Amino acid sequence: MAAIVVDDTSISSESERANPKTAGKIRRDGGSSFSSYLQATPLAVILGLFLLLPILTIGMVSFWDYDSVRIYPDFVTFNYTETLGSWVTWKTYLNTLKFTVIVWALTMVIGFWVAHFLAFHIRSATMQMILFLVCTVPFLTSNIIRMISWVPFLGRNGLINSSLIQLGIVPKPLEFLLFSEFAVVLAMVHLYTLFMVTPIFNTLMRIDRSLIEAARDAGASGFQVLTNVIIPLAKPGIAIGSIFVVTLVMGDFITVRFMSGGQSASVGLMMSNQISLLQYPAAAANAVILLIVVLLIVAAILRVVDIRKEL
Amino acid sequence: MQSEKRSREFYILAFFFTLFVLFLYGPLSTIFILSFQGPSGGLTFPMNGTSIHWFSNLFEQQAVGDFGGSFRRSMVLGLMTTTITVVVSLLAGLAFRRKFRGSTFLFYLAISSLVVPSILISLGIGLFFQVLGIRPAWWSSGLGAHLTWTLPFGVLIMFAVFNRFSPAYEEAARDLGATSWQTFRHVVLPMIAPSLIGVGLFGFTLSYDEFARTLMTAGTFNTLPLEIYGMTTNVTTPVLYALGTVTTVFSFLIIFIALTAIIVVGRRRARIG
Repeated sequence: MAAIVVDDTSISSESERANPKTAGKIRRDGGSSFSSYLQATPLAVILGLFLLLPILTIGMVSFWDYDSVRIYPDFVTFNYTETLGSWVTWKTYLNTLKFTVIVWALTMVIGFWVAHFLAFHIRSATMQMILFLVCTVPFLTSNIIRMISWVPFLGRNGLINSSLIQLGIVPKPLEFLLFSEFAVVLAMVHLYTLFMVTPIFNTLMRIDRSLIEAARDAGASGFQVLTNVIIPLAKPGIAIGSIFVVTLVMGDFITVRFMSGGQSASVGLMMSNQISLLQYPAAAANAVILLIVVLLIVAAILRVVDIRKEL
Repeated sequence: MQSEKRSREFYILAFFFTLFVLFLYGPLSTIFILSFQGPSGGLTFPMNGTSIHWFSNLFEQQAVGDFGGSFRRSMVLGLMTTTITVVVSLLAGLAFRRKFRGSTFLFYLAISSLVVPSILISLGIGLFFQVLGIRPAWWSSGLGAHLTWTLPFGVLIMFAVFNRFSPAYEEAARDLGATSWQTFRHVVLPMIAPSLIGVGLFGFTLSYDEFARTLMTAGTFNTLPLEIYGMTTNVTTPVLYALGTVTTVFSFLIIFIALTAIIVVGRRRARIG
């Protein structure tokens, strides 16, 4: 429910600057900017302590040496040369990117049509809210529980296999349903679609309905309205949803481990394996590379759609 | 009520939406049903009788690890996270109403907290504590890790709230001679109370279910999601489903309580006028 507001706020720092009312206020009680600092301090301290410093620590440790027992302060680059020089890493990255592209495409298509239905086809605001909450509720349950819940469906003797056999469609259970890449993608779509629905729904709700009417009056077909009016105006929401889904899939390791049954790899899983083997510097080097890749993708998305300008 | 005829597109999309909802709820309802398996039932259908055997099994400590302890820790951690998230987000929201040096940087820092993959945060905080020589624990490093996930959401919600908040109310209060504390306490706070409950609800559910950020930061004692994860690797009875059902029902209960609180606050405000 609260996620609805996520994107219309990401520009607030910008709009505050643009808003003459706020600007006037700054001048009027300019002396009280001291209280602003005081009020912002807890957030800055927490993010500094638990986000900034830990990431700097990762950067530092990625140059450290290690053996099977502990890690040593040092300056070595082999954590990087080893990571980047191994074809396993490259294969894992390609696999992770493959998951990302597939899940991104699926969540975008599903998310767009669900949001479109809620925003344009449900006419009463109460009904809209109720249906939106219906979509939201499962997302507030534990990810792992939601993964487990696929087992009775997809398992060897699961619902799908037993019905297919009973109907005589397949002679023996399909093996690819569970513990496969198919299962990973399915579970990720199940887990992450809401992150696409919410921001798209939010931008669709703010499209001026008279624009659509004007397009219709000018003789546009339903398809033309969609491609020339709605989709261009929905771009910021799609971009924000994409950023969420891409970063979630890129860093995912639980879904990959659980749903693939160890048959598939991802960067996150590779890191978590290195962590469990106490190879922290190697994991840190991996983390730095992952962070760079994720930030590059996010930057690329923001290049295509300037969220701040479009909202 | 509607005079306009529904288009064909409506029915296609309504069908699509229904499929989506079934896709969301289907698996969850399956484990809900299967958690009532008879004592000899397995992880899949058919049902082997019905019983609450697996629920009672859940509360026998030796059978499934420390369910009670991990549940209690997750509760306490969730409540700590909620309280801090509400207070810090509110303060940050107030701070960002005025422009101050470094506000843009702080804003982007909060956003990047959402974008950085969870496992990176987990590893980072774990290493940070290790380098400092502090032992990680669910109430210290774990709490910090959860806050990096809940605070950005809280801050963004507060931004949205204050963007739509008309300063006219505060000006009126000031013109009537209220001090800035009185203005905040009697004018601003009651108006934003439902949003604060929303922030709290969001913070609690995010923390209560958080796994990836807890992995390296929880220290010796498990939180509930870690416990569930441990169970998935070594428990092969429907007790897993019973646990799933119990935690899901608990999540829904929390959401229900929070929504009720929001409605009650809204009604009371409407009555006062």
